[in-house]
Amino acid sequence: MSDAMSSIFGRLGWDALPFWSMLHDHSPMTLINGVIATGAAGMVVLGALAAIVLVSWLGKWKYLWSEWLTSPDHKKIGIMFIVIALVMLARAIIEAVFMRAQQAVGLDGGFLTAEHFGELFTTHGTIMVFFMAMPFLTGIINYVMPLQIGARDLSFPVLNQVSLGLTAAGAALVMISLVLAPFSTGGWTGYPPFTELSYNPGAGVDYWIWAVTLSTLSSTLTGINFAVTIFKKRAPGMKLFRMPLFTWTALCTAILMIFGMPPLTVATGLLALDRYLDFHMFTTDLGGNMMNYVNLFWAFGHPEVYILILPPFGIFSEVFATFSGKRIYGYKILVIATMCIAVLSFTVWLHHFFTMGQSAHINAAFGIATMLIGIPTGVKVYDWMLTMYRGRIRLSVPMVYAIGFIMLFVLGGMTGIILATPSVDYQIHNSLFLVAHFHNMLIPGLLFGMLSATNFWFPKAFGFRLEERWGYRAAFCWIIGFMLAFFPLYVLGLMGMPRRSVAYFEPQYLPWTIMAGIGALVILCALLCLLLQLWVSIRDRHANNVFVGDPLGWPDAGMVGLLTAAGIQLPGAARDLQH
Amino acid sequence: MSQNNVIPIEHNATQDAQKTRHPGLNLGPAHAHEEDTREEMVFGFWVFMMSDLIIFGLLFATYVTMLGGTAGGPGPSELFEMKSAFIETMLLLASSFTFGMASLALKYREDRTRLVFWLVVTLLLGVAFLFFELKDFHTMFDNGGVPSRSGYLSAFFSLVPLHGLHVTGACIWLVALLGQLAVYGLDAPVKTGILRLAILWHFLDIVWIGIFSLVYLGGLS
Ligand code: HEM
Ligand SMILES: [Cu+2]
Repeated sequence: MSDAMSSIFGRLGWDALPFWSMLHDHSPMTLINGVIATGAAGMVVLGALAAIVLVSWLGKWKYLWSEWLTSPDHKKIGIMFIVIALVMLARAIIEAVFMRAQQAVGLDGGFLTAEHFGELFTTHGTIMVFFMAMPFLTGIINYVMPLQIGARDLSFPVLNQVSLGLTAAGAALVMISLVLAPFSTGGWTGYPPFTELSYNPGAGVDYWIWAVTLSTLSSTLTGINFAVTIFKKRAPGMKLFRMPLFTWTALCTAILMIFGMPPLTVATGLLALDRYLDFHMFTTDLGGNMMNYVNLFWAFGHPEVYILILPPFGIFSEVFATFSGKRIYGYKILVIATMCIAVLSFTVWLHHFFTMGQSAHINAAFGIATMLIGIPTGVKVYDWMLTMYRGRIRLSVPMVYAIGFIMLFVLGGMTGIILATPSVDYQIHNSLFLVAHFHNMLIPGLLFGMLSATNFWFPKAFGFRLEERWGYRAAFCWIIGFMLAFFPLYVLGLMGMPRRSVAYFEPQYLPWTIMAGIGALVILCALLCLLLQLWVSIRDRHANNVFVGDPLGWPDAGMVGLLTAAGIQLPGAARDLQH
Repeated sequence: MSQNNVIPIEHNATQDAQKTRHPGLNLGPAHAHEEDTREEMVFGFWVFMMSDLIIFGLLFATYVTMLGGTAGGPGPSELFEMKSAFIETMLLLASSFTFGMASLALKYREDRTRLVFWLVVTLLLGVAFLFFELKDFHTMFDNGGVPSRSGYLSAFFSLVPLHGLHVTGACIWLVALLGQLAVYGLDAPVKTGILRLAILWHFLDIVWIGIFSLVYLGGLS
C-alpha cells in the first residue's frame, strides 16, 4: 500500500498543501503567510471550478471543444493565447501588489517571510515574461499578421496548436504550484548554484524548469511558424517593402525567437541534467562552471527583451499613423531600424553581468554595443513624432497608450544608457534602480503596446468596439500608477536599496516605498478598469457594433494597405484611409 | 498609391511549377499547388534546423570552456579510443553518401526498389553507428568516465549523446517513412518526408564531423 502510494506521489506529501505549516506552527508570521498562500490556492481552485460550472451551465462544452480548443484557425488560437495572457496578468499584478505592500511596511520586518517573498518575485517575473508577455504578443501576431499579408492561415496551423498547448501547459504548472508545493525562489533568472539540487532539493525549481522550458519550446515553434508564413504566404503583390510595419516587427521578432530561444532551452536543459542525473555543469564542485549558465541565460535574455519590445513598436507605428490621419513617417527607415535592433540584440548580452568578473576592456566593448542600440531606437521615436506632427490627431484609447508610451519609454531608455556604463553599473547593479529601468521599458513599452493593440483591433475580432470611458480610465490609471510605482524605485536604487529585499533597516527608504505602494494600488485600479471595460463592452455590444452598413467590416490600416496593394478600390468610409 | 502598382493576381501556373524550387524534390509539373505547400514545409524544416544548430553550437562552446574541469577525474586521453571514433565517422559519412544515392533515386528513377535499397542501407549504417557509439559509452563508463565524475565529463555527455539521440530519432523517422512508402506508395507527402529527413541526416553528419574533430581529435592530440 505505502509502496503504491509512494510510487504515485513520490516526494509529494501533505506538506505540499499551502496551509499545512500553519496547522503545526502557530507563530503570527506563519499564520499570516499561510492565510495568504491558502487564499491564493483557494482562488485558483475556485476560479477553475467557476469556469467549469459556467461552461456546464451554459451547456457549451461541445462548442468550446470543437470550435475553440481543437480549432486550428489562427484567429481563434490568437485569442486563446491572449486569454491565457490576461489571466496570468491578473495573477502577476496581484503578486506585485503584495510585494509592494511588503516593502511599504518592510522597515525592520513586514508581514511576509523571506521564503514567501522569494516565491512572489520569482513567479511574478516568470509569469510576466513567459506567460503574460509572450502569449500576449504571440496572440496578437497570430491574429493580425496573416490578415495583414493576406494569408488564409499560418503556414503550419497544427504546429500553432502545439505551441498553444505547450504555453498552456506551462501556465497551468505555474498555477498548480500555488496549490501543491511552493514554487522556486530563484528569481526569473534561476541562477545556479542556488537552483542546484544541493541548495534547493524541493520541487520548486523543477516547477520553474518545466514551466519555462515548455514556454521556450512553444516560442521556438511559434517563431518558425511566423517567419515561414511571412516569407512564403504573402498574397500576390504583397512585396516585402509593402508589408505593414507591424508585420515587419513580427518578422524580426520571429527571427529572434528562432535564434534567441534555444540558448534558454540549453540552459534549463543542462540545469535539469544537473538536478536529475547528477551532472556537474553548473555546480560549485567537481569542475562545474556556473558562469556558463549566466552566459547561456542572457544569450537568450537580451534577444528576449527585443522579442518583447519589437511587436509593440510595430503596433505603435500603426496606431500613430491611424490616429494622426497620416501615413507613417519614414517607413523604410523604420524597417531598417527594426532590423538593426534585431541584429544588435545578439551582441550585448554581457551587460547583464558587468560585475561578474570579466576584464574592463570586455565590459567597455559591451557597454558601447549596448549604447549603439539607442541609435535605431531613437530614430524610431523621431519617426513617430514626425508622424504625429501636423496630423489630425484623435486621442482615442490606443493613442493615449501610445503617447504614454513614447514619453515614458524615452525616459526608460535614458536610464538604460546610464546602466550601460560599466563603471556606473558597478554602483547600481542589482539595485532597485535596475528594477525601475526594466519596468520602465516593459510596462510603457510592452504592456501599453499590448493594451493599445487590444483596443485597436478588438472590433476587428469581435465586431464591436471596446467601451471608451472605462478604456480611458484604465489607460490613465496605468500611466499614473506606473509613474507612482516605479519612479520612487529609481531614487531607492540610487540610495542603495538592493532588489529582491524582503525587508530593510534604513528609515530613509520608507517614504519612497510607501509611494511605490500607492502606485501599485493605482495599478490595481487600472486592472479593475480593464475588467470593467471588458464587461461593459460586452454588455453594450449591440450599441457599439461596427459592422452596420459596411460590407468590408472594420477597415484597419493593415487591411486597407493590403487591398490597396492588390489594387482594389474600397467603398465608403474605408476609402478615406486609403493613401 | 498610383495605378501602376496594381498587381496581376493570377500566377502563371505552369511557369511556377517548372521552376526548381529546391534541389532534390521532384513532384512533377502536375503539382503546382502541392509544390507550394511542400516548399513551405521544406523551408520550415530548414529554419528548424537552424535553431537546432544553435543548440549544438552552444553545447560545443560550453564543452570547450569545460575542458579544464576534469577535477582530477579521467580526461580524453584515458577515455577515448581513436579506432572506434574513426569507425563511427566512416559509418556516418558512408550513410550520408547512401542517403545521397537515395535522393538521386527519388529524383531520377521511376521504380522504387533502388530508393528503398539505398534507404535501407542508410538505416543499417545509422544503426551500426549507434551500436559503436553505445559501445564507446560503455567502455567510458567502465573506465570511470561517468557524467557525475566531473564538469568536463558532464559537458561531454550533454553534447555527444544529444547527437546520438538525434541519430536515433532520425532512424525511427526513416523506419516510419519506409512504412509509409510501403502503405501509401511514393506520394507527395512521403517524398517531402524523405527530403526533410535527408536535410536532417546530412546536418547530423556535419555535427558529427564537428564532434570528431573537436572532441576526439582535439582531445587525443
Ligand atoms: C503591473 C505592475 C507591476 C508591478 C507593480 C511590478 C512590481 C514588481 C516588483 C515589486 C518586483 C520585485 C522587485 C524586487 O526585486 O525587489 C518585480 C520584479 C519583476 N517584474 Fe514586475 N511589476 C509589474 C509589472 C511587470 C511587467 C509588465 C513585467 C514584464 C513584462 C514585469 C517583470 C518583472 C520581472 C522580470 C521582475 C524580476 C523578478 C526577479 O527578480 O526575478 N513586471 N516587479
Ligand atoms: Cu540586455
